[in-house]
Amino acid sequence: MSVATMSARRVLIVSGIVFVITGMIFGDVFAVFVLHQNADRIGRSFNDATDAVAARDPQAVNASFQKIGDLLENRGTKVDAHVHLIDFGFLALLLALLQPYVALPESSRRRLAILFAIGAVLLPSAVFAIHYVGLKYSPWSSIGWASILADFGGLLVILACAGMLIGLLRRAGSSDATSDATSDEDQRSFDAGGTSRALLTGGTLLILAGFLHGAYYAAFDLDAHEERDQFALETMINASVAQQNKTPINMHDARSVVEGYGLLQAEKAVNIAAHSHIIEFGLLSILLAFVQGFVSLSESSKRLSVILLLAGSIILPVFVLLELQLGLLAGGIADAGGLLVIVALTMMLFGILRNGRQGERDERL
Amino acid sequence: MSGSRRILIVSGVLLAIWGMCFGLYYAVFAEHQALDKIGGSLAAGFVSGANGELVEARGSIQNYADTQFDYVRAVDVHSHWIGLAMLLIVFGVTFDRVRFSEQGRKSLAWIMVSGAIIFPLGVILQTFDRGLIPKVVAGIGAVLVTIALAAIAFGFARSERNSWTKELRQ
Repeated sequence: MSVATMSARRVLIVSGIVFVITGMIFGDVFAVFVLHQNADRIGRSFNDATDAVAARDPQAVNASFQKIGDLLENRGTKVDAHVHLIDFGFLALLLALLQPYVALPESSRRRLAILFAIGAVLLPSAVFAIHYVGLKYSPWSSIGWASILADFGGLLVILACAGMLIGLLRRAGSSDATSDATSDEDQRSFDAGGTSRALLTGGTLLILAGFLHGAYYAAFDLDAHEERDQFALETMINASVAQQNKTPINMHDARSVVEGYGLLQAEKAVNIAAHSHIIEFGLLSILLAFVQGFVSLSESSKRLSVILLLAGSIILPVFVLLELQLGLLAGGIADAGGLLVIVALTMMLFGILRNGRQGERDERL
Repeated sequence: MSGSRRILIVSGVLLAIWGMCFGLYYAVFAEHQALDKIGGSLAAGFVSGANGELVEARGSIQNYADTQFDYVRAVDVHSHWIGLAMLLIVFGVTFDRVRFSEQGRKSLAWIMVSGAIIFPLGVILQTFDRGLIPKVVAGIGAVLVTIALAAIAFGFARSERNSWTKELRQ
């Protein structure tokens, strides 16, 4: 089945699921090969900064913070690529949902869907490249080619969304705004029995769990974390200054504070990651409830894919949260949870592509 | 389109536009300045330490912490307003599946919309006043969203139980 023969809705559903799967795999690779190593390097740079304070060397301090800035950019661009790819996946699924309400010819809607998909691939790929391309061959002093390409990708996404919006407004302005044809198409994709409803209920409960966790964190931990952050930085400087007139210099206290500061950052990061992942999985589950009618799998396989999706959606954030207590074991289990979600999404994708082929065969007959 | 769906979809679109406008305003007029200040204050604190000026160092770290406090909340508010708006739109599309009377669904929609507006509002108010009132406002918003989400999940689950019962009867 080629893109040219797919309907706009199917292009958006297929590309949406592919974006989410790719974004999740990228996130896993990033977590295993970049995230922790990067955090260690940031910790070492803080150690260098405290050494420079003790050695009364402001230039070395600035060099250390320059390095920390580079490491944060490296991490930030990768997190951005991961988040944008998954969010574009969500947006594609949401646009697929709105297709029956977009009053444009099918060929125009398909072109807009392909334009959206191109932009949605270009933006995260270019954001990923920003750290490596930097300002090479750029005629500007502060913006590189990768950033320009990323902005262009964003522009394509905006144009595609604007096109869809025009279609929505045309539909709202037309006299047959309550046409039953739309409802029929909606029903076809939505009436998939228990799997749709399980995804709706499960998705809403996941969002509720994520919301409650976020509210608890904001109410009881956030202020304390911010105070500890400030206290650790002040102590880091004090401990280093205390060594300025001593020989030999003993940086043991400063090292301990840097280590504690690193653990604090990790504590904040796992809480934020667990909060955002469980809510995103909840939203994904709700969006996938709408496409169950397009999934050509046996009822038992569809149920299995939903169970895997919901199980993975709980396991990943819960074990991300437990990473500080259980270490690598929790990280491994969280990755396994992510794998369950990827398997479930792949099963649904297979069912949707199979459904498309069956549709083509039916049309030929 | 039912009234409850209209409430959710229209409010969702308006809240998304509002959230994006807030983000645009913040990105253009405040974010880069805030990031420069965060990085600059942190480095300045350590440089002051290297020069043996502990009072200046503490002042710089205080500056860093204050700016970071405001930055974290502004970014949170931007993402939560848009995230909650997206949730309102998605629920708006499927709200007829929540098995309550239309009047009940309308009340639920208003509770969800109120929470989605009030909760981030309370968070952004904390950047102006770090006292109790903004925290209470955010807390009320969070409770409203929690109640609405729990009721919506119950409504979906109720729908499922009903359909299973029907299937068993058949």
